[in-house]
Amino acid sequence: MIIPLDQRGLRDETVTVKLEARRVGIRYHRQRTGDELVAVDGVDLNVSQGEFVSIVGPSGCGKTTFLNAVDGLIPIASGSLLLNDREITAPGPDRAMVFQQPSLLPWRTVTGNVIYGLEMQRRAGRESRDTAKRLIDLVGLGGFADSWPSELSGGMQQRVNLARALATDPELLLLDEPFASLDAQTRETMQQELTRIWGETRKTAIFITHDIAEAVYLADRVIVFTARPGRVKLDVKIDLPRPRDLRLKREVEFVAYERTIWETIREEVIRSETLRPRAVA
Amino acid sequence: MTGTGQADPYETIATPAEPEWLTRKPADARTGEGRLRGYESKLVGLAAVVIFLAVWQGIGVIRAVWPEGVVIGPFTYVAPTQLFLPSPVEVGQAFGTYARDPKFGRDILTSGQELSFGYLLAAFTAIPLGLLMGWYSRIRYALDPFVTFLYATPRIVLLPLLIIWFGIGVESKVAVVFLGAFFAMVINTTAGVRNLDVNLIKVARSFGASDIQLFRTVALPGSVPFILTGLRLGIGHALTGVVVGEAIAAQFGVGQMMFVAGATFQSSKVFAGLMLIAGAGMLMTFTLQWLERRFDAWRPRPN
Repeated sequence: MIIPLDQRGLRDETVTVKLEARRVGIRYHRQRTGDELVAVDGVDLNVSQGEFVSIVGPSGCGKTTFLNAVDGLIPIASGSLLLNDREITAPGPDRAMVFQQPSLLPWRTVTGNVIYGLEMQRRAGRESRDTAKRLIDLVGLGGFADSWPSELSGGMQQRVNLARALATDPELLLLDEPFASLDAQTRETMQQELTRIWGETRKTAIFITHDIAEAVYLADRVIVFTARPGRVKLDVKIDLPRPRDLRLKREVEFVAYERTIWETIREEVIRSETLRPRAVA
Repeated sequence: MTGTGQADPYETIATPAEPEWLTRKPADARTGEGRLRGYESKLVGLAAVVIFLAVWQGIGVIRAVWPEGVVIGPFTYVAPTQLFLPSPVEVGQAFGTYARDPKFGRDILTSGQELSFGYLLAAFTAIPLGLLMGWYSRIRYALDPFVTFLYATPRIVLLPLLIIWFGIGVESKVAVVFLGAFFAMVINTTAGVRNLDVNLIKVARSFGASDIQLFRTVALPGSVPFILTGLRLGIGHALTGVVVGEAIAAQFGVGQMMFVAGATFQSSKVFAGLMLIAGAGMLMTFTLQWLERRFDAWRPRPN
C-alpha cells in the first residue's frame, strides 16, 4: 500500500516500506486457566519510512501485544512480520520502545538512564554523554541531567523514557500508551512536545493509545483494531497540515476524523459485549 | 528542591515531586528553622542518654548516702546493692580494672576474631548464594528445604556438635557466628532478586540486554537494599553467637569473661562486658548505615 506523502514535503523521495505485517497472529498461553488466548489474528499492516502511525482499539484488543511482537519481545504464532524485509525474531538496535510506565532505573541519574540502551547494545562510548545531553535538551529536560528519577514528576519521567529510546537512534520508534498515566493537562503538553520532537527527528513511529484525539493529533495514519482477536478494521489517513498545534483539536476536520474513528470503535465495543458474557469480559 | 524558579517553558508540568512543606508531618512543620535543626535528632538522643545515666547514677548516690534507705512518709526506699545494680561510675571503674588485666587483650582479640571471621565469611558466601538462588529457580528449589530447616532451627543448638567438630577454640565460635548470620543474609538477598521490578527487566530485554548485563544493571543494584537489610539483621545473630558460644565452652573472650564474672557475682564487670558487646554491634551498624548512604543516594528521603 503506497500512501501519498505530499503533506510532509517528501514528494521527491520514493516511499519505502519499513514494517510489513502479513496475517500476523499472536497467541498467549494463560497460566491460570491453562488455555490458549488468541490476542491478535491476521493483522495486515504496512508502515512506510518516516511515517507516524497510531493504533487505537477497544481495550484488550491486542494492540500492545502486537507492538511487543514488533519489538521482538514476544514471538508471533502465524503470518510474517518484516522490518526492512527481514523477519523480526528478537529485540534489535533498529527498534526502541517507549514504555507505558516510565520504567527508569531508580539508581541511575537521568543521563545514566538515557545512555542505558546504548550500553546494553554495547555502543556506549565517550560520545554517549554528548548524545545524552543533546537528547535531554531535545525532550526539554535541560538542567535535570544529574537528577534522580525520584526527583522528577511523571511527565518528566516520560520525557526521559522517550530520550532513552531516541538515544539508540532506532529506525522504528515504538510507543506503548506513553501518556496513559499522565493527567489531562500534562498529557496534552506531552502530545504537543512529541509532535515537536518527532518533527525534528522524523523517526518512523508506531504509537499505541486508547485516546482517539491523541491518535489523530499525532499521526499520519490511524489504524483501528477490532475487538479481540485484534485485526485491522479501519485505516484512516490523517490529512492535516504539520506542524500541528493543540488548537487543531477544535477544528472541524479534526473532529470529523475523531468521530469516524469513535463510531468504528463503538461498533466494536458493542459487538464484543454482545459476543461475550459480561462476567468474563 | 531543584529546578523551580528558572524560566522553564514547561514549568506547569515540570513540578518536581512535592514541596517540602507538604511531605513534612504537622508536628515537624511547627519546628522552627533554627541553626540547630540539622542536629536535632542527635541532640534529643544525647539528652535522653544523659538523663538516663544521671538517674541511674542517682540510685548509686542514694545507696552511698543512705545505706539504710530513705524514708519518704510511710515508705522506705532502699537503693539496690552494688551486686544487684552497680552505678555507671562503678561500671566504668570495673572496665578500667579489666582493661589493665593482661587477659583483656586476649579476650578482645578472641571475640573480635570470632565475630569478624564468622560475619565476613557469612557475608561473602551468603550474598553470592542468595543472588544465585534468586536468579535460578532450580537452585532455589534445591536449596530451599535446607535453608528453611536451618533457619527455623535456633543455630545455637548446633553448638554441642560444632564443639565436637571444631573444638573449644576460636573455630567453633566462628562456625556458630557464621551459621547465625548466614541465613538472614541468604534469605534477604534471595528476596531482593525475586522482587525486581518486571518493568525494568522488560526495558533491559527490549534493548537487547544479555543475561549478564541484565544481572549487572538491574538485578544486582535492585537487590542492594535487601542485601543491606540482611547484613544488618546478621549483626544481631552474629553477636548472639559470640556470647552464647563463649558461655558454653571457651577459654578466652568477652562473652566468656562475662559469664565467669556473673558466676562470681562481679556485676559491674558483667556490665562492662555488655558495653563492649553493645559497642561492637553499634560500630557495625554505623558502618552499614554509612554503606547504605553510599549506595542509596538515589532513594528519596522521607525527611
